[in-house]
Amino acid sequence: MNLTDYISAAPEITLLGLICVVLIADLFVDDEHRVMTFWMSIAALALTAWSLVATAPIERVVVFDGSYVSDPLSQVLKLTAVGFVAIAFLYARDYLRANDLHKGEYYLLGLFGLLGMMIMTSANSLLTMYLGLETLALSLYALVAIDRNNATAAESAMKYFVLGAIASGALLYGISWIYGVTGTLKFDEIATAIAANPDLNSLPLWFGLAFLIVGIAFKFGAVPFHMWLPDVYEGARTPVTLYIASAPKLAALAFTLRILVDGLGGLQDVWADMIMVVAVLSLLVGNVIAIAQTNIKRMLGYSAIAHVGFILLAIFCGTDKGYAAALFYTLTYVVATAGAFGIVILLSRRGFEAENLADFKGLNARSPWFALMMMFLMLSLTGIPPFIGFLGKLNVIDAVLSSGYAGLAVLMVIASVVGAFYYLRVIWYMYFEPREDQAVLQASTDTRLVLSLNGVAVLALGIVPGWLWTLCTQIALSMR
Amino acid sequence: MIGLQHYLTLSAMLFVLSIAGIVVNRRNLILLLMCIELMLLAVNFNFIAFSRYLGDDTGQVFVFFILTVAAAEAAIGLAILVVLFRNRRSINVQELNTMKG
Repeated sequence: MNLTDYISAAPEITLLGLICVVLIADLFVDDEHRVMTFWMSIAALALTAWSLVATAPIERVVVFDGSYVSDPLSQVLKLTAVGFVAIAFLYARDYLRANDLHKGEYYLLGLFGLLGMMIMTSANSLLTMYLGLETLALSLYALVAIDRNNATAAESAMKYFVLGAIASGALLYGISWIYGVTGTLKFDEIATAIAANPDLNSLPLWFGLAFLIVGIAFKFGAVPFHMWLPDVYEGARTPVTLYIASAPKLAALAFTLRILVDGLGGLQDVWADMIMVVAVLSLLVGNVIAIAQTNIKRMLGYSAIAHVGFILLAIFCGTDKGYAAALFYTLTYVVATAGAFGIVILLSRRGFEAENLADFKGLNARSPWFALMMMFLMLSLTGIPPFIGFLGKLNVIDAVLSSGYAGLAVLMVIASVVGAFYYLRVIWYMYFEPREDQAVLQASTDTRLVLSLNGVAVLALGIVPGWLWTLCTQIALSMR
Repeated sequence: MIGLQHYLTLSAMLFVLSIAGIVVNRRNLILLLMCIELMLLAVNFNFIAFSRYLGDDTGQVFVFFILTVAAAEAAIGLAILVVLFRNRRSINVQELNTMKG
């Protein structure tokens, strides 16, 4: 181990050090000045982002004896994750304060979760990946249960915990088989071992791979391992849902790409079939069940399942174009979903959760600007031009078509049309239904500003998407 | 002579037993947590067997990490269980059904 190792891992080391500082400092802050913890967390995120930019590698660097990799993929995903955690903290602040939940734990667990995500993104061995995954997962279980007097939150935390632990167990069982067959845990060595000895590509390895796919599907929330997702989205307090719905999706993408492409790229014809089944089921189940929901958090949960179907179908192609499309789709989906949950938080106030679709009735009369923002976000999630969601879907469909799966492309278009129903229903409620809730929207200036930027971003990105697509393509090309 | 396949069979049996325990048990959440622990122990068994067979220490190192994480996981799981019990006065699996759809 030498200095290069530590410089490459500087962002994680910085973040861990700063978390410890915030953790100690939070002890000396009383409840009235709890907003200090928020600003300290934002400062910690800013310093982490700075260290990410300052240590950005020009090309792929593998350090710590091959357990840790720093490459353009990890840099972009980490920077985006830091940004979305900061946005989640900002949207959460006023809500937590209004609901007597403004404790340091939300921010600290959020920061620890971010650390887990960053480790996952940079993992180059199954051990590093597992440790990052558990750091993230354990923080999330605790975050869901953060409102300890809320029975629904406790129930969803328990469900999340039990199903998450089972998924970790399945993932580990798969890892043990991969280790047993290839004799190593490092992704590049696994790839070399499989390439050097085609005999390894047989039943025991596929057996391990199947368990890994279970773990991946669970972390993404793909059907048939999606049972936790709607319950957690609904049961958790909205700021926690916002956190779970945004940044961890980026980590899940890195998790999938690292394992399936970096490590088991040689088994692409085997895992492609499994991923396809999971992706198609997610696409159908997510879109169809979302129609029946009356709770917007639950609806967005099923919508997340449907979007995961798109991401997995892009990965299923197994081409650079597919990986670029998956990255592009995930980045743009997270922008839209963070904004949508931001609006749900904005409509909530003390003792009132705006979690039913009916709470959106007549939003245009209450706040034309935020109704417009919500419309932008919903249209982006639907995939209507000129919003960014349209280009995300277009790129995935293009990648699937150029791999020669016309049937799947047709299915994706049909699923999107079905999905349009429940997104457009929100817009219908906002503009064409009389208002039921008379309360004035309360939010501080910075939240309003960032939320507006978030809403405008889906339009702006949709109008000038070229740079983002170029970036995603470059990253996909740099992966191997 | 006890070979690799015997260890792997035992570990697979423990793994299936833990899954069966989770699926069959419909009453007590603590039993569920125990099944999860059993699952991780089955995995550890696999790792040690492979590590010994391959003559490679990495698998044993992984086992230490799994044991540590399992301890942390049990702590969080029991903490959530306490929160749930304080709110519901019950740890019955079948009563975890307030959310539908």
